[in-house]
Formats: sequence, C-alpha cells, structure tokens
Amino acid sequence: MFVKQVSVFLENKEGRLYEVCHVLGDAGINIRALCIAETADYGVVRMIVSDPEKAISVLRNSGFTVSETDVLAVVVPDKPGGLAQVLRILKDAMINVEYLYCFIEPGTDRAIDIMRVENTEAAINVLKDGNVEILTPAEVYGI
Amino acid sequence: MYWQPEIETLPRTEIKNIQKDRLAKILEYCYQKIPFYREKFDEEGVKPSDFEHLEDITKFPFTVKDDLRKAYPYKMFAVPLKEIVRVHASSGTTGQITVVGYTKNDIEVWSELMARTLVACGVTEDDVVQNAYGYGLFTGGLGFHYGAERVGATVIPISGGNTKRQVQIMKDFGTTILTCTPSYSLYVAEVAEEEGVDLKKLNLKAGIFGAEPWSENMRSEIEERLNLDARDIYGLSEVIGPGVSVECEAKDGLHIFEDHFFVEIIDPETGEQKPYGERGELVITTLTKEGIPVVRYRTRDLTVLNPEPCSCGRHFVRMAKVTGRADDMLIIRGVNVFPSQIEEILMQIEGVEPHYQILVYREDHLDVLEVQVEVNEKIFSDEVKRLLEIESKIKQEIQSALGVSSKVKLVEPKTIARSEGKAKRVIDQRVI
Repeated sequence: MFVKQVSVFLENKEGRLYEVCHVLGDAGINIRALCIAETADYGVVRMIVSDPEKAISVLRNSGFTVSETDVLAVVVPDKPGGLAQVLRILKDAMINVEYLYCFIEPGTDRAIDIMRVENTEAAINVLKDGNVEILTPAEVYGI
Repeated sequence: MYWQPEIETLPRTEIKNIQKDRLAKILEYCYQKIPFYREKFDEEGVKPSDFEHLEDITKFPFTVKDDLRKAYPYKMFAVPLKEIVRVHASSGTTGQITVVGYTKNDIEVWSELMARTLVACGVTEDDVVQNAYGYGLFTGGLGFHYGAERVGATVIPISGGNTKRQVQIMKDFGTTILTCTPSYSLYVAEVAEEEGVDLKKLNLKAGIFGAEPWSENMRSEIEERLNLDARDIYGLSEVIGPGVSVECEAKDGLHIFEDHFFVEIIDPETGEQKPYGERGELVITTLTKEGIPVVRYRTRDLTVLNPEPCSCGRHFVRMAKVTGRADDMLIIRGVNVFPSQIEEILMQIEGVEPHYQILVYREDHLDVLEVQVEVNEKIFSDEVKRLLEIESKIKQEIQSALGVSSKVKLVEPKTIARSEGKAKRVIDQRVI
C-alpha cells in the first residue's frame, strides 16, 4: 500500500540537482514528482519515480546519500476545497502531516497528493473510511 | 618608559649572571619539591648540580603540556596548598584542563611583570584602563587587573563581551587604554561605528593585545580604526599568564623579561637547541616561580629570538611576533582546541562517521570554527528537522566540551578532500 519515496541529500550548490536527474535519466528512470526542502546550506530532494529500487541503487553508486520513505499517494478532486476535504479527515483523527506535495494526473480532473504523515497505517484507515481513494504503488509508478 | 629601570636596562652580561644563579636554584628546587622532576631527572641521569653554565640547560629534559595535564589538578605544585593563594587554568586536550597555582610571592612577581608590561606600553597612574580580557580561570583578566592597579591606573574590570556596553563605557568613562584580544578590538570598533560613536574623538591612547596571533596588517587596521597605539604581548598560563614579554615603543619584537624567564629556541622535530636568529619552537624555564615552576616548557609557539640592543634601552632579548604553532592545536577566540577533541565529540554522536573537516576563518574579525560533517545514510532523513537536530546536537556538544561556539555544516559524502586516504582535517584560513 505504501508508495516508496526516494530522498537524496544535496548540498546547496550549482549542478547538484542536475547530477541527480542526469543519473536517473541515464538509467531510464522517470521522475513522476519532485520537491525540495531546503536550508541555507543543503536540501533534501524528495521524488516519486518509476522504479524506486533501481533509482536508489544508481544514486548510491554515484555517491549520493539516499533514503527510502513510505508515503501515501492520495487522490484529491482537482477543484476548490479538494485538498481541504482530505486534510479535515486527518485533522479530525489528530494525525499530523509532516509534508506533502502534489501533481496533476494528465488527462483527468484529479490531483495526486504525496503525503508523509506521522502514522501511515492510521492515516490509511481513516482516509479509506472517509472514502478517499489511495493509489497503490504500481498505479503511482506507472502514471 | 620603564617600571623597574634598574632591572629593565641591565646589560646582557648581568642578565646572564642572574639567569645562571636562578637556573641553578630552580633546578634544585624542582628536583627537591616536585616528584615529577625528581623522577624525570633521575631517568635522564642528570642532577641539578650538573648545571654550571647556561649551556648546560640542554642536559635537562623538556616539560610538555601533556605532563601538566596528567598532573591534574595539583601534582605539579611545588608547595602545599596552604601556600597557594590562587589557581588559574587553561583548556587542554580531551577536555582536561591544566591547573596552575600561585603563591603570594608569585602573585607579587606577576603584578610587577604586568606593571612593567603596561608601563612599556605607556600606561601611567593617570590612565583609565578598560580591561576587556575575560576574568575567571583565564589568566588574562586578573593578570592585567593586578598590573594596572600596581601602576596606579584606574581599572575598569569590565571583562569580555557585551560590546555595546563596552563602547558606552569607553565613551562615558574616558577610557585611555584598552586591553583585550586583537580580534575583539576590531569588533569593538565595528560596534562603535554601528552605534554612531566616533572612536577618534574618544581618549584612547594605547591598546594592549594578546592571547592570539595577529599580523602587522591587523595592527595597522586596529591603529587606524581605534586611533590608538597597538602593542603585542605574549604569555601563557603554564608559565605565568600574560607578562612573559611585551613590545616597547619600537614595536620591533617583544622583550622577554629574562630575569624571570629563561628562553631557548629548539627545532620542534629534533629538540635540538637553535642559535639566536633561527626560527623554531620557544621553550621557557621559569626562574622565580614558586607555586608551579616549569623546566624547559615547550610552548609549541614558533618564533625567532633577537639579542641585539633595542632603541628603547632594554637589553632583554626580543622574540618576533608569534605567527605559527608546532602542533595542530588551534586557538579559537583565545580557547585552545585540538582537532582530536572535535573528532571525539563527533564519534560519540550516534551515526556520525569521522568524516569531518574543521575550517577556521574570521568573520567580522572574530574567529569562526566551522565543522563540516559528511552526511551518511545513518543520519540522513527525508525530514529536514531531523538534520537540523543533528547539527544543533553537535554544536551543543562542542560548546559544552570545549567552551567554544561553532558552526556545523552538513555536507555530501566524499566532498571533504582526502589525501593519501586520510582527510585533511584542519583548514585554517585566518590570515595572520
């Protein structure tokens, strides 16, 4: 049920993000979504890719510090209030969201939100009860 | 200007006679009173009576910082504690401080030497001395305090820090003499400029700066910005504190008070004594200390000795400004820091590998200690807050173990240059 997010430690220097994308591109790995959390000196690049296992292995071989994190891919109606609706369910269940980022599924009216929450299991249960659609890893990687 | 003209202008032959008599006595004193020296002399097969001429000093073994560290806290004291009226201490390797003790007479001698120091820099009883050296276990604050009182000047015992207040007091109290580290003086100048205080309109006359190396360029900058006569002093707590040597008005080397300190220059690799004029490590034997005398103490500071007569009339040998050290010890804002201490702290933090680098540079004229640590997968997290937690943990550990603030920077693996499989640990970018 959990989608694997690939995170990479990058120093805040020119060309580093290029290097990550270049390594993945050469390995034939597609990046579905990407976001960066940054400080003054460094950033953490978080990505959803077409093949997380392979991505981790090629990045490691290129000398990057990499980690794999379980995240949720939640379908959200692409309309005003769509995300708020989903977040209310988590709020009512007292589940904290560490971070999230989203992308639009091409050719549809739905957005996909990648969420990192404190308690992933509990989040899945309450979201399902609230009739929120959660994508399987295969669905996400293959988009 | 002299404080004790009859001593300060003695010809070299007489200085040498005094040194010979006092060396013979202090070697005997150390042998009789301090088990460390008795054992060490016996081990080397040398007796105090083997000393007849000044050259004979080379027969005696060196004392190093580590010897004092191992003697923690009182084992190097030559007298019972009831005769010790004060202790000071300095930082040492692995967080172990080294302790030094002063008898009543030691404090008396030290005050006289500091009075000589201040007077050589032009201080009189009419002066107002703002003493911004730290008061406490560090010898700087109290050393200057006692010397300035001995001269009869008005002392402002403000200690270090709180720079806005330093500027305010400097202005309101009519400070004429500033005593602090050279880098701090430039910081004071900066704060004064920010506060809109024109230092050139104040009464500053001279600044007496020490406890860290500084260059001639820095002197020009200090003199220009603070509008005062900037003098260098040298000393170390293991020997006495400040009061070992001082620059006279000629500013051409620091006169060593040779009636109290016997100095040599050695090759730091071989330990061989070197002649005047050759650069090497400064080695000091105290001639009059009672509480904790030291024989051939290796300072690790690199300098050159010049015995030529000076235009000021003093015949005491002059040492060039110290610009380097014979070991990897760093002096950060007056605090001694060994890279090994930082490595130890990093190793204690779970997940942190010893791939680190220490950068030292100056920002706003103050020393900055930056520790770069490579991020491995054990400490890496997709959450930035976890990474920030590790940074602040390292910072806190360094602060509590070494008493010095630092910047911690996480870097990518393999970014720290490795030469011959071993990383270059320390990059000192300070321009001295």
